[in-house]
Amino acid sequence: MQKSKVGIDFTKVQHARDVAGKIAAEVQQFVDNYTTVAVERTLCRLVGIDNVDDTDTPLPNVLVDDLKNKNVLEHGALFFLGNAIIETGQTPQQLAERVASESLDITSFPFHTREEVAKALQPYVDASIKQIVEKRQKREHYLETIGEGSRPYLYVIVATGNIYEDVVQAQAAARQGADIIAVIRTTGQSLLDYVPYGATTEGFGGTYATQENFRIMRNALDKVGEEVGRYIRLCNYCSGLCMPEIAAMGALEGLDVMLNDALYGILFRDINMQRTMVDQFMSRTINGFAGVIINTGEDNYLTTADAVEEAHTVLASDIINEQLALLAGLPKEQMGLGHAFEMDPELENGFLFELAQAQMTREIFPKAPLKYMPPTKFMTGNIFRGHLQDALFNMIGIWTSQGLQLLGMPTEAIHTPFMSDRYLSIENAKYIFNNMKNIGDEVEFKEDGIIQTRAKEVLDKTIALLEELQEEGLFTAIEKGIFGNVKRAKTGGKGLAGVSMKGEHYYNPFISIMNPQHETRNTK
Amino acid sequence: MSEGLYNTSAKDFDQTLDLTKIKPYGDTMNDGKTQLSFTLPVPAGDEAIEAAKQLLRQMGFDNPQVVFHKELTEGFTFFNCYGSYTKTIDYTKIHVPKVSSVKWGMDETDEFIKEHIGRKIVVVGASTGSDAHTVGIDAIMNMKGFAGRFGLERYSMFEAINMGSQVPNEELIAKGIEVNADALLVSQTVTQKDVHIKNMVELVEMLEAEGLRDKVILCAGGPRISHELAKELGYDAGFGMNTYADDVASFIAQEMEKRKNNK
Repeated sequence: MQKSKVGIDFTKVQHARDVAGKIAAEVQQFVDNYTTVAVERTLCRLVGIDNVDDTDTPLPNVLVDDLKNKNVLEHGALFFLGNAIIETGQTPQQLAERVASESLDITSFPFHTREEVAKALQPYVDASIKQIVEKRQKREHYLETIGEGSRPYLYVIVATGNIYEDVVQAQAAARQGADIIAVIRTTGQSLLDYVPYGATTEGFGGTYATQENFRIMRNALDKVGEEVGRYIRLCNYCSGLCMPEIAAMGALEGLDVMLNDALYGILFRDINMQRTMVDQFMSRTINGFAGVIINTGEDNYLTTADAVEEAHTVLASDIINEQLALLAGLPKEQMGLGHAFEMDPELENGFLFELAQAQMTREIFPKAPLKYMPPTKFMTGNIFRGHLQDALFNMIGIWTSQGLQLLGMPTEAIHTPFMSDRYLSIENAKYIFNNMKNIGDEVEFKEDGIIQTRAKEVLDKTIALLEELQEEGLFTAIEKGIFGNVKRAKTGGKGLAGVSMKGEHYYNPFISIMNPQHETRNTK
Repeated sequence: MSEGLYNTSAKDFDQTLDLTKIKPYGDTMNDGKTQLSFTLPVPAGDEAIEAAKQLLRQMGFDNPQVVFHKELTEGFTFFNCYGSYTKTIDYTKIHVPKVSSVKWGMDETDEFIKEHIGRKIVVVGASTGSDAHTVGIDAIMNMKGFAGRFGLERYSMFEAINMGSQVPNEELIAKGIEVNADALLVSQTVTQKDVHIKNMVELVEMLEAEGLRDKVILCAGGPRISHELAKELGYDAGFGMNTYADDVASFIAQEMEKRKNNK
């Protein structure tokens, strides 16, 4: 039995997991019966459909919207593409172009058997799987040859709006010591029901996620990684209405980390819960297969709810997210479950409570590269105190062996980081990580002291909450505002119109290729 | 490097406070001491340090000192600097427009509304345009509030409707009409490329076009919003950093009462 520094009882943790497993299974039962416009566009991309039509509409959207308008989305894009390939001998890309120019009705061909459809699609399916595997191998090769930074990885953001300017900032950050570069998306992209095309140079508060932008940044980071002798990971956001599409694009272009959390989208972007749960399963299946570390967004609960009172909602959500991710075949080693250092700095012994929470989260998810978020809510514009708050946050990061340390900036709440802000933050983290490197191995906590008491209390509340959630079901619980004090209706929010029950001809070979366990489980 | 550092020589400037001629204060009246940090797009070296000093002189600083510098990445050098500012400001001539209401606590405001308005005040709030941040509007409206100040939902005499983030101006207005709102609150957190200005102006124009502007109390809030800016853009009040739900609640209650009596 694992020994707990914070004195938690691991049989309780196992019980929490069992309960969360039931909650996740219920969600999965729903998910397995549905598809969405985003999932279908993803499949289009995975059989090689790319580019835009003369109105800048991406061809996957053109094709899938056509099926939706003809009320045949339930059979999925691949079934119609497969039939069309058999009849015309053309590629999926050529077929999509013809749909865009209105010279082809993709639904007009005779239906072939599932085996024939599968055989027709096989070369295109194989080609994208091969590309994803190659990107994964390329990352593994880099990790074996030039290596990587030690954990916690230093994670910084770039957000200029212009991908070429982002490259300059990202390479500078890598030279200063950053291990992960996240390109923040432009405000509002999560609510676009398509992924823009090509390299982009305009954005608000961030840069558009496009496949070309991914490629440009991945190349830039490969170059700087070779220069500094350390593999630099690239992070983007597969959340919002194009969740699985962005997962596919990231997998094809060798991204390493993806924000990927349906609960976040439901609560903070008002995306419909049915839509995004279905999308999430497909996106996590892809991320799991591509070796991408996902990040979940529990830290955000604490920007609207109180970090002391609501700490158990973060842990409960982490445990559920773990179970949902396992169902999508995503290994624990790729689960960047989120939590945060967000308590009021005026709170007496706040550091001890933060330490208890971080250590407990570490012990509950020993294999996960936990994503630890810096203070944001109580950053005031006092950059000097802000730098200290970030220092305390960094101490807990190294002390409790967090996986991904999102570096706080002293100028949080003022502007997107200057080059110098990023430098000061990296210096802060490197100083503390080096100076306190083995403190976690050296220090134990007083039995039944403040830290142990706090951890036990949060775990007990977490279990009570999970049991309540199991009784009500996750969807109903969200409707009641259990996470982040935000209420969302099952049929409310954006994107519900893009959800469809799977029909009798529905075909998606990628789930069984990328997550073989899923098929076995379903045929049991 | 050492010019002015640990200088024990007599200060050769007038050390009495004159509010018509104020300048920054380090540890001696009128010493003008100021700290600055910035990055220059040049490699580190003597030339870079000299460039930083010349820049400080050009900004109006005497005795410029570069106390720290570091090349952040090839061709970009960061500086920490000090200098003595030479110019002054007449503090006695300064006029800043402010929200003129008296700030009350929650109970006081509720009591005032009960007595003087006699019904609940209906407030609709949103983070508008493409702005995805809810932190500002939540701090003002949600039950819990922020930093120990309860939000408008907690007030017994406010009917508070929080529409959340990324709300188009049209939807905010439509909601306002639907619930017969007395006040509209607009939160703007993202201010890159002045997107908030455009968005705030658009709302005023749309309200005017609908003939609604005078029928509602219109407030804006956010870290980069000042009362002065909000007034300039046609709002009744602006709430910047370090203002809370009680500031907003007191203002709306008092403004409602003022408008009622003017009729």
